[in-house]
Amino acid sequence: MEWVSEVLLIGLRPHGETSAVIEVMTPDYGRHLGLVKGARSRRLQPVLQTGNSLLVTWRARLETHLGLFSVELAEARAARLMESASGVFGVQIVAGHLRLLAEREAHPGLYRAAIALLDHLDGLLQSAALIARFELMLLDELGFGLDLTSCAATGRTDDLRFVSPKSARAVCGEAGAPYADRLLGLPAFLLPGGEETPDAADVVAALKLTGFFLDRHVAGPRAIDLPPARSQMLGKLEAEHRQVSSNFT
Amino acid sequence: MARRVTGPEIERLIQLLARLPGLGPRSARRAALQLVKKRDQLLAPLTDAMRTVHDRVRVCSACGNVDTADPCTVCTDPTRDGSVIVVVEDVADLWALERAGAVNARYHVLGGVLSPLSGIGPDDLDITGLVERASDPAVKEIILAVNATVDGQTTAHYVTDRLEGLGVKVTRLAHGVPVGGELDYLDEGTLTAAIRSRTPF
Repeated sequence: MEWVSEVLLIGLRPHGETSAVIEVMTPDYGRHLGLVKGARSRRLQPVLQTGNSLLVTWRARLETHLGLFSVELAEARAARLMESASGVFGVQIVAGHLRLLAEREAHPGLYRAAIALLDHLDGLLQSAALIARFELMLLDELGFGLDLTSCAATGRTDDLRFVSPKSARAVCGEAGAPYADRLLGLPAFLLPGGEETPDAADVVAALKLTGFFLDRHVAGPRAIDLPPARSQMLGKLEAEHRQVSSNFT
Repeated sequence: MARRVTGPEIERLIQLLARLPGLGPRSARRAALQLVKKRDQLLAPLTDAMRTVHDRVRVCSACGNVDTADPCTVCTDPTRDGSVIVVVEDVADLWALERAGAVNARYHVLGGVLSPLSGIGPDDLDITGLVERASDPAVKEIILAVNATVDGQTTAHYVTDRLEGLGVKVTRLAHGVPVGGELDYLDEGTLTAAIRSRTPF
């Protein structure tokens, strides 16, 4: 068995003294693991950093085997990502989310979205907004997508302001106002075609919304936590939001 | 099955030596043979030294270094600059910096880095101890000497957040061209980092 593909490195576990088992996201083979011999050498250490794009050749005698990867650097993204808080948080969150996917199940859309996201992690607010959109897409790919096309109560397609935690469907402002304390906020930039530039409050609401469903459907049943970098990013955003609010008052 | 050539005691010694980093079964066998051959000159003093270290080794309650005294030799050295704390991941990093003699400061060993893949969270590292030490008005600068990996830099950002508001200057190591490094042989990531971190000449 053999295939060649450009991949995104999403994890590495040391194996023995010199090798490592790497976890990559591929466009056609989904999340895939394989052994890299000499992975902890001086030559390969900078190459095998989470967030880098690699050109890999996977070889195994049988399809079910772990297999061996031979790797070459395609795009050194990790060095740039490491320079900023939004970069490291972003890459940790995206890699953490992609590691939730089933092995060897193709998700070409998520692969492309992850690459695009990592190439546009610039500034905390913009990065967090992109991550919220990515999480929405992840929920959809995992079969727990939110229905944000029309109001669950009235059928209206405008003024969608909330999401029902029970049905995961959008609720309009008028129908949702009496139950606002029990509904999740839906910022406009998350809506299909939503182009509005979000502020810190919108992004915090978006991350809380996607975090609620990710926790309920993905992390909770597996008894795992969402990536810790996510709560760090959320904490920073909330601090920023408080700062902006206090400046206004 | 290969026939045994030594008794169980020597076989056990070989098996234990083979667990050390850098030693495989063959090199462990050679080391064991050397120890047995030089029983009085090597094996006996090594046994004594290992027994002494086993009985006396301590983790420094202040910085996390390993030593036979608590506080350790580095923490009790009066010639060191107490206003600077160098934060490292592991004792091996502390020893590497000391070998270089690049900084005459005190240290703080975190005991690893944040790694979601290995399940290492903030509670598994000695970050609270660092925050307590950094709260001392005598401390002016914290140097984050963690590895230039995604996990290392995530830890650096987390530590920076925790130190916010304490009034200490937080710096980190530069990323770029190593001494003796030829640009032609460097990976693109290091070259990009080097260009971004360029300094006036």
